[in-house]
Amino acid sequence: MPNFDKKWEVFVRSFIDNEGYKRVLEGLQNTLLIALVGLVIGIAIGTLIAVVRVMPKYGVLPKILNGICSVYTEFFRGTPIVVQLLLGYYVLLPLLGVSMKPVGVCILIFGLNSGAYVSEIMRGGIGSVDPGQMEAGRALGMSYWATMLKIVVPQAVKNILPTLGNELISLVKETSVVSFVGALDLSNAFRYIASNNYEFMIPYLVMAVIYILIVLVIAVFIRLMERRLKKSDRSN
Amino acid sequence: MIEVIDLVKNFGKLNVLNSITDTINEGEKVAIIGPSGSGKSTYLRCLNCLEDPTSGSIIFEGVDIADPKVNINIHRQHIGMVFQQFNLFNNKTVLENITLSPIHIGKKAINKERGLSFKQKREKIAQLKEDAREKALSLLRRIGLEDKADVYPSTLSGGQKQRVAIVRALAMNPKVILFDEPTSALDPEMVGEVLDLIKDLANEGMTMVIVTHEMGFAREVASRVIFMDQGVIAEQGTPEEIFEHPKCDRLREFLSKVVK
Repeated sequence: MPNFDKKWEVFVRSFIDNEGYKRVLEGLQNTLLIALVGLVIGIAIGTLIAVVRVMPKYGVLPKILNGICSVYTEFFRGTPIVVQLLLGYYVLLPLLGVSMKPVGVCILIFGLNSGAYVSEIMRGGIGSVDPGQMEAGRALGMSYWATMLKIVVPQAVKNILPTLGNELISLVKETSVVSFVGALDLSNAFRYIASNNYEFMIPYLVMAVIYILIVLVIAVFIRLMERRLKKSDRSN
Repeated sequence: MIEVIDLVKNFGKLNVLNSITDTINEGEKVAIIGPSGSGKSTYLRCLNCLEDPTSGSIIFEGVDIADPKVNINIHRQHIGMVFQQFNLFNNKTVLENITLSPIHIGKKAINKERGLSFKQKREKIAQLKEDAREKALSLLRRIGLEDKADVYPSTLSGGQKQRVAIVRALAMNPKVILFDEPTSALDPEMVGEVLDLIKDLANEGMTMVIVTHEMGFAREVASRVIFMDQGVIAEQGTPEEIFEHPKCDRLREFLSKVVK
């Protein structure tokens, strides 16, 4: 049996006395920042792509837009996010001649990546909205885009809210790969503490508990939001 | 007001409307009757290009709105439509359902206006919203649903939903209203309240085209009845001509089935 008292003591020393918690807090902050801002970017991009993809395909422009969107989705769903991070940080940035902090790149790549997934979720959500809603908007003289954004997408979002919650949860967990481009995240912070003392057990257990807590909080938050949005279809 | 010339509509290989030519004059109340699958709903939906005609023209106030180059949204603002399934916006309150489009379209016009300062625009938009709200409330008062202004459509009965849908169309000040089987999805006891409202509009001189299975209503309200069969206008005339003296066999057969 390992000596837990000693292990705990080592952990506390490196966590509190050696200010390991600062690193963990910074990692936690980055993890949440990358996941949340990434999701917001993802929802914006995903909605745009979904609306383009369900658009009636008359004329050249919708076809071209549709083609671009489908290449985009295939690329971001077809490559691992680590590959996208590496390409973004070590290929795209030098090519563009832009300098950016690793966390910034991570937010951007996570947003772009999430956009591809959210677009598919959103497409399903839009498909679940009664076509009569679009017809009613169009018959009142509103444009396709106006009706989409004011009527159809809000109802679609309500339908896909649980799925979007899952997307946020998986983004939170995926942030554990951002150390590939040198960004500090939650798991990386604990890895640092652990390898500093060659004591792995406690730091990794604590790390797992923190991930679970984050996910639980997100789940509760989503349930509350769902309940609020259900307001408009009571007695349905 | 609406002139239909050689209207053809195909769904894939299926021919639904076969060269329809017709003129709907101002103040007319046209009832379209016919067996299911005869193309009557498709014809109605072509009148505001909710279905794009395969060929032919729909001339609304001198403009061929079937032409893809025409900005259909502008013309649809003057053509009201009421659906069988009501199609109220589920995510908007009753009041918002009625004011959404007038406000959206009014705002666009204000934003396009030149030489207005930001403040002037904001004042104009505030005024626009207030006017739309006043109008919506007075329309709701008219149908006795003023107290429902702030509820969501899902809490209304079918008859209430359809009456809200009708005043939503009225809020745009349409020149003509298209009704697509407005009472077919209603419980029997609610049909009356909706038909009464449509009758009121007819008596006020609103131009309307109604696809309906309510023969009694068609007879009472319509100034002209169109009988459609297999994608063409098989017979048309005054209600008396159609219901008392049907000429073609298909119409006679149809009437014998639906009029008891």
